[in-house]
Amino acid sequence: MDNLTVKSFELRKNVIDMIVAGKGGHIGGDMSVIDTLIALYYNIMNVGPDMQDDPNRDMFIMSKGHSVEALYAVLADRGYFPIEQVIKEFSQFGSEFIGHPNNQLPGIEMNSGSLGHGLPVAVGMALAGKMDQSPRRVYVVMGDGELAEGSVWEGAMSASQYNLDNLCAVVDRNRLQISGTTEYVMHQDPLEARFAAFGWNVIDVNGNDIDALTAAFKTAQSVKGKPTVVIANTIKGYGSPVMENKAPWHHHVPNEEEYQQIMKDLDAHIEEAKNR
Amino acid sequence: MNKIPNRKVICDVLSEKAAAGDRDIVALCSDSRGSASMTPFFEQFPDQSVEAGIAEQDLVGMAAGLAKCGKKAYAFSPASFISTRSYEQCKVDCAYSDTNVKLIGISGGVSYGALGMSHHSAQDIASMSAIPNMRVYLPSDRHQTRKLFEALLQDEKCAYIRTGRNPVEDIYTEEDCPFEMNKATVAREGSEVLIVAAGEMVYPAVQAADALKEKGISATVLDMYCIKPLDADAIVKYASAAKLVVTVEEHSPFGGLGSMVAQVVSAKCPVKVIEKALPDSPVITGTSPEVFKYYGLDCEGIVKTVEENL
Repeated sequence: MDNLTVKSFELRKNVIDMIVAGKGGHIGGDMSVIDTLIALYYNIMNVGPDMQDDPNRDMFIMSKGHSVEALYAVLADRGYFPIEQVIKEFSQFGSEFIGHPNNQLPGIEMNSGSLGHGLPVAVGMALAGKMDQSPRRVYVVMGDGELAEGSVWEGAMSASQYNLDNLCAVVDRNRLQISGTTEYVMHQDPLEARFAAFGWNVIDVNGNDIDALTAAFKTAQSVKGKPTVVIANTIKGYGSPVMENKAPWHHHVPNEEEYQQIMKDLDAHIEEAKNR
Repeated sequence: MNKIPNRKVICDVLSEKAAAGDRDIVALCSDSRGSASMTPFFEQFPDQSVEAGIAEQDLVGMAAGLAKCGKKAYAFSPASFISTRSYEQCKVDCAYSDTNVKLIGISGGVSYGALGMSHHSAQDIASMSAIPNMRVYLPSDRHQTRKLFEALLQDEKCAYIRTGRNPVEDIYTEEDCPFEMNKATVAREGSEVLIVAAGEMVYPAVQAADALKEKGISATVLDMYCIKPLDADAIVKYASAAKLVVTVEEHSPFGGLGSMVAQVVSAKCPVKVIEKALPDSPVITGTSPEVFKYYGLDCEGIVKTVEENL
């Protein structure tokens, strides 16, 4: 039985419930990025509800802040807050569980939402870690559409300028953004070469494979003298053909029929992973 | 004539504290260490200095990341750039995320003179003040600048501080520089007229009050270095007794000190408020003193405004 893969589809179900109850959310990117979050939060990062004030805890920034529903599902599962509360309150009047990360909530370090902010902030965190000789590692997850923001490349420059090998960026490379494919809207290929040219170590993986992601993050830990970017090649909407690789599902809210089919498809993935 | 610009005092204060063992102070520049007068700090404390290159968004984002990890981040960049090019980082990464970043807008207002509107910051008070959780300070002279930065080093909230490029005449002395955080300083006390000024406009306001006194007109000058949080109590105290309020600022006529003072006066103690500011257009080419004189932002212009409106 592949426990974390089972978990990934169970948490996807929580995300779907959150979005249906809250009548909004960024479903496609949630489905593509959640395996990255699970690899980081269960296999890699030195974080937890009991160490939120630990100065040496690892730092995580969800720069593609619109995928906050996936982050809520993972943080809830790690014990930061109850999932029932998130599903009940997400996007409701007066709720703390808003549609982008907010650091008034436990487990969230920085507010985001506007794209292109996470990498420069992560560079600052990694610099602080170097100054303090802290074992802290810094992780930042960006979307591939987000890479059109110039500030991403400002951060990419400074991360390599300062040899920040304690910094690991992830690109959720699902190749879709709201108006169509990334290559149609504003092309990012050759993405590996772009980051390499900026002085980064680049690792290309199947971003919906938790074992492969975990291996990539472990490799990144051993790379010295330069930051690493893990290009997580994912399927937007991964988990059900109803959503997969469909641009309108960037933020579509499932209707009842779609909801039933998606949950059935996610259950089938769970069964398949249990029998692995 | 004082030869020491306020920006040099900022470097002095940070250097003194770092030399005294404060390892958490981190200064960041965007290829601006020279114009920020921060070269001595960068040379003396290289491990507490970060060069961002000409990349203001990265500058402010990095400062926020450093601050999130316990550093006292001081980010220096020309006021025109840090308050607009990196505005969203100031809003999201500093104010909204509540990080201890002090944003220092150097060469503020029309300090860059003939370099033109791209380099002038005539909208920074309005833009930065409109961000929730962002404080805005415009110290007047070097003595007040020192007091302000000593106070800022004690708190853990973000703030935007604008300073000019050129030396400003002393208003206070090393021994006599009354300062209370977030309270306006009464630079001259009078009765008939209230002049509210900030930053480089305080000195001509004081000159004007002295000139008016000789003409038999008694004027108070409030040095409103704390634009946000504005010291409304001081405004109400002196405006209530006055026949006229005049505001003087090196800023656009919209959303700056004048707008804020008028907001308080109209609600709490209605009396005529005349706002003296830069025009809503690119300013005329010239040095700061030439520009100030042209738009009446000098002693003579303030006196004239008072006499015409009293």
